[in-house]
Amino acid sequence: MANAFAGVDFYDVDGLLSEEERAVRDTVRAWVDEHLMPVIGDAYVEGKFPKQLIPGMAELGVLGANLPEEYGCAGLNNVAYGLIMQELERGDSGIRSFASVQGALVMYPIYAFGSEEQKQHWLPRLASGQDIGCFGLTEPDYGSNPGGMITTAKETKDGWLLNGAKMWITNGSQATVSIIWAKTGSVDDVKSIRGFIVPASTKGYTAKDQKGKLSLRASDTSEIVLQDCLVPKDAILPKSGGIKSPLMCLTQARYGIAWGGIGAAMACYDEALSYSKARIMFGKPIGQTQLQQSRLADMLTEITKAQLLTLQLGRLKDKGTMTPDQVSLAKRNNINMACEAAREARRLLGANGILAEYHSMRHMANLESVYTYEGTHDMHTLILGQAVTGLPAF
Amino acid sequence: MKIAVCIKRVPDMDLRFAIGAGGKALDSAGLKFDIADFDGYAVEAGLRLVEAHGSGEVVVVTVGPAAAQETLRKALGMGADRAIQLSADEVPFDGRAVATALATELKDGGYDLVLFGRMATDSANQTVGPMTAHLMGVPCVTAISKLDIAGGRGTAERQLEGASETVEFPLPAVVTIDEGLGRPRLPSLKGIMAAKKKPLEVKPAQLGAASLTVDSIALPPDRPPGRIIGEGADAVPELIRLLQTEAKVL
Repeated sequence: MANAFAGVDFYDVDGLLSEEERAVRDTVRAWVDEHLMPVIGDAYVEGKFPKQLIPGMAELGVLGANLPEEYGCAGLNNVAYGLIMQELERGDSGIRSFASVQGALVMYPIYAFGSEEQKQHWLPRLASGQDIGCFGLTEPDYGSNPGGMITTAKETKDGWLLNGAKMWITNGSQATVSIIWAKTGSVDDVKSIRGFIVPASTKGYTAKDQKGKLSLRASDTSEIVLQDCLVPKDAILPKSGGIKSPLMCLTQARYGIAWGGIGAAMACYDEALSYSKARIMFGKPIGQTQLQQSRLADMLTEITKAQLLTLQLGRLKDKGTMTPDQVSLAKRNNINMACEAAREARRLLGANGILAEYHSMRHMANLESVYTYEGTHDMHTLILGQAVTGLPAF
Repeated sequence: MKIAVCIKRVPDMDLRFAIGAGGKALDSAGLKFDIADFDGYAVEAGLRLVEAHGSGEVVVVTVGPAAAQETLRKALGMGADRAIQLSADEVPFDGRAVATALATELKDGGYDLVLFGRMATDSANQTVGPMTAHLMGVPCVTAISKLDIAGGRGTAERQLEGASETVEFPLPAVVTIDEGLGRPRLPSLKGIMAAKKKPLEVKPAQLGAASLTVDSIALPPDRPPGRIIGEGADAVPELIRLLQTEAKVL
């Protein structure tokens, strides 16, 4: 394929990957070229998630790809999983967000905190795209401070009665099942937070699209209302307990997001580089000017640093020693890096850079959401500050 | 149905490449390798035929160094059942040497069909398929765009300049594949994981003696820079004159 994306690899980072990791990366990269790139520009402008891609993604095996084969998943290691996220976000942050939520925020909590019955029932359905999931943690007044949530779950003789509202929920409107986090005790009892598997068809559960987004337009973002929503007793995730449980899910998702940032940055760098060689101004390619070379050199350097940093993070995760603080560093660095790369690429592209036909401005706008969600850049700063000083500033 | 698909590991010809120091081969530094384009179509054809038949086996075979195992595993990831590497440090340019190794391996293997891509995207010789058929003593149909197998016979369609041709032949046979039976599928992630566990047999290649060698290889000369004749309608007569006398295209 003439327009196949060749990636960015200035330091032979490929040489640090196994054959299988490269094969996974290449297959997802080819899928993005063939199926996502032709439709993403229009989907973004129209503000619609390209649903038609879900069966193909599922068939390829990208949903919950690092969970075990016995539950219908691909059983990949975490580096290969990260490379999938990188390649999806090379296409669009919204598509990567879809896969992150399904895998890390819906399938992972069922895998980590669910009963064997729940795992057997839900994981194969979610891996095959038969069910779409969402993750209800954030509330209108509780974003960076999820422990303050006011959604409650009261145990009754018929089951659990859920009441509350969730906001900024990716996949919310199209989800057939939701992982809802709620307090089973009083609203100041953070330890009473538990997870519940709530089918979207449950009476009292409603989801509606959040309108007017200028970012992640090819992604479904919704508000969920739970009004006397009664679920059976066995809807609770038995091994969940306290705010630590949803935070463990976020660590999984943030790990993938750190890889995703590299993908978005590579897409922008690749577009800027090829544009700089083709665009003639003052009788020579703009890539022959020092200003644009400075932009390209900065992008290349930051991408290369992020690749090495994130690969090591993946190796630590596969070894089982990765810490949430290390994930914070990578998410914070890589998404900030990707935001800068997207903005500089957009500028290098001049007026063309504002068109949906090119990709940099779409990435630039998307990445503002990625900068803000899954722990804002500022919160990760404070997490790192606390990690090195031992003194919490939040 | 038992199908062998012969595949070749070739450099990605979309990337920039350079001539190696001896002037007889490409410089392999920085090259990315993959299954040859038409060979991917051949694997897809083999998989579809077995799927349509309901049972059978697709065996992928290559002649080449250990690095070619990666290409075999890609085909296994697409769904082939097992692989054979006929080990050789280098793949000879001479199609007859390669065909000898393949025919030696395949002739007593009980294959109903041996598939090839219509040519390798690096050497573009189009010789190995027909020569293998000759050495195996079976019919050969080249560059087919459609293929049906029923009752021990094959029916293939070939696209000719301005016409199409339908060919019927008995099995076993060698068939070389153009695009047309369907785009090669991507190896799924589960397929990639499963590929590691599928059998991959390594045997020394019984290469025939090479009867020809590459003398030299060169990149095409740089195109001369373009010339601006003038602007607007005034320049048209001069443009036509040059197209007639210099470029000789009118």
